[in-house]
Amino acid sequence: MATAGPVRADLRAESGAVAVFARRHRVHPLEALPWAAAIAAFALFPSYLPLGAQILATILFALSADLVLGYAGIVTLGHAAFFGVGAYTAGILAAHGWGEPISGLIAAALAAALLGLISGLVVLRTTGLTLLMQTLVVATLLHEAANKASALTGGDDGLQGMVVWPIFGLFRFDLFGRTAYVYCLVVLFLGWWTARQIVQSPFGRSLTGIRENVLRMHAIGAPVMRRRLVIYTFAAGLAGTAGALIAQTTQFVGLGFLGLERSGTILIMLIIGGVGRLYGAFIGVPLYMIAQDRFSAIEPVYWYFEIGLLMVLTVVFARGGLFALIDRLRR
Amino acid sequence: MADTLSAAISIGFHGLAFAMVLYLISVGLSVTMGMMGFVNLAHGVFAMLGGYVVTSLMSRHGVPFAAALAGAALVTALGSIVVERLLYRPLYGGDDLDQVLLTMGLVFMSVATATYLWGPIPQPMRPPRWLSGEIAIGPRGFPAYRSFLILSGAALVTVLWLGLERTPLGVRIRAAVDNLRMAQSVGINTSRLFTLTFALGSGLAGLGGGLGADLLAINPNYALDNLVYFLIVVAVGGLGSIRGPFVAALLIGVADTGFKYLLPELGAFVIYALTMAILLWRPRGLFGRT
Repeated sequence: MATAGPVRADLRAESGAVAVFARRHRVHPLEALPWAAAIAAFALFPSYLPLGAQILATILFALSADLVLGYAGIVTLGHAAFFGVGAYTAGILAAHGWGEPISGLIAAALAAALLGLISGLVVLRTTGLTLLMQTLVVATLLHEAANKASALTGGDDGLQGMVVWPIFGLFRFDLFGRTAYVYCLVVLFLGWWTARQIVQSPFGRSLTGIRENVLRMHAIGAPVMRRRLVIYTFAAGLAGTAGALIAQTTQFVGLGFLGLERSGTILIMLIIGGVGRLYGAFIGVPLYMIAQDRFSAIEPVYWYFEIGLLMVLTVVFARGGLFALIDRLRR
Repeated sequence: MADTLSAAISIGFHGLAFAMVLYLISVGLSVTMGMMGFVNLAHGVFAMLGGYVVTSLMSRHGVPFAAALAGAALVTALGSIVVERLLYRPLYGGDDLDQVLLTMGLVFMSVATATYLWGPIPQPMRPPRWLSGEIAIGPRGFPAYRSFLILSGAALVTVLWLGLERTPLGVRIRAAVDNLRMAQSVGINTSRLFTLTFALGSGLAGLGGGLGADLLAINPNYALDNLVYFLIVVAVGGLGSIRGPFVAALLIGVADTGFKYLLPELGAFVIYALTMAILLWRPRGLFGRT
């Protein structure tokens, strides 16, 4: 009986740790907040629904960038490649007589994931600046290809003549963006849920391990390359889905979908919110896009100055994004 | 046969001129990135600034060409010191992502500032009278300005290489690139050396931007549009290397000119594919240290 005390304490500590691990999978009430806000926005701002739909789709894109950047620690400057390939896949299907949105979305996700797999096999062999360069070159390569293949993509003018059919043959994409908004919201929710499950799985934990200390993960025998490739492929599919959502709801795809600027701005939106938290996207994207909508309406060129300044100030004063700022203030 | 020969000479000539511009702009980037490990995506901004200084000094204020070039190098070097001291310094040795964010922010600000100051239209580059027209060498004529570009580029490269090999400053720079900690321990003031190297590299970039204003048109999107070129030269050449970027610039300059001439429908495609292949083969670039 003399040893019962410490043993019980051990047990208690162990069950405490188990409880912590069990709790982190549970849905926190605060996690419902973005969805409540999205549903409230649907009711409150009926005239902004087209913008709202774009924001929701871009959140999905940023979420996919967060998986690559925040969880796998892959600094990419070419994430728009997957976004653009998804958008062009859905767009070309719809422009050539197959406007069914759900299957278009799936085709886009698969095409982007395939590209993620192939380019990942090449790109992920490198690290640091070379990796950054490789991702940039992949995106630039595709941008150039889409520019030259103007018979298929419309080249510089963008893809014209997309016809998207009603969802399930029932819900037409209306002028006010109601269908588009709900469509994007549902797809975003599914994407977020899947991403959340992945991040909290043992696989997701091992990704964090790879980000924090690659050498140690190698040493304990984790298949680093394969795990990175899996998450890169999945994130590519997610980015492709986001691109397809925007293509289907705006019925337009342009070369800008593949551009360096888009790869850069998605990082900015994500970083403003906070990287590696799964929720940075939900803060950064709406902030950025609503500000862009307000300011660029006045003078589009100077928007660049404002956003550039915002980026510089974020690095100088609010490293880690708004979430980190909140964390610091709470402490 | 004669056609093939003349096409080859023409590609070689224009490719060489392009390579000189690429090298002058990118060499500073290679050295500063190699020395400080700082991902500086805003390097093109200094080249653009140099280009604007040269074109506006010449067309608006009637400053002679040579003086305008010197002005461009000076303005960009001084401007870069301010940026380095205020913004870059706190991020040395920090997170890649912060560096990417900061320098991309600077690029975006440069786009808006250039549009505000000079408007969205590309700035015309009018070479001085003594450099317009053609120089006849044997039966062939070569554009005088491009010839000047090649010659002055070669002269600058020679001075740069000699300077790095022979002067005390060059020795310190090479030491700091090779082994930063060791350089610090033998008493080199690396902090001041960084600033000096950075200013030198940016000044060269400004000079390159000014000299190359007729090859890479000076417009507000300059830093964004040409970023890929500069980064390719640095990555293919090998970080921290002085000669590597020269070989890379030659390769990219000649290949780019050649394929745009021979296979216009593929355009820049080949360059990017080539870059990927080289980086797969040698992830640290052709002359990168392992």
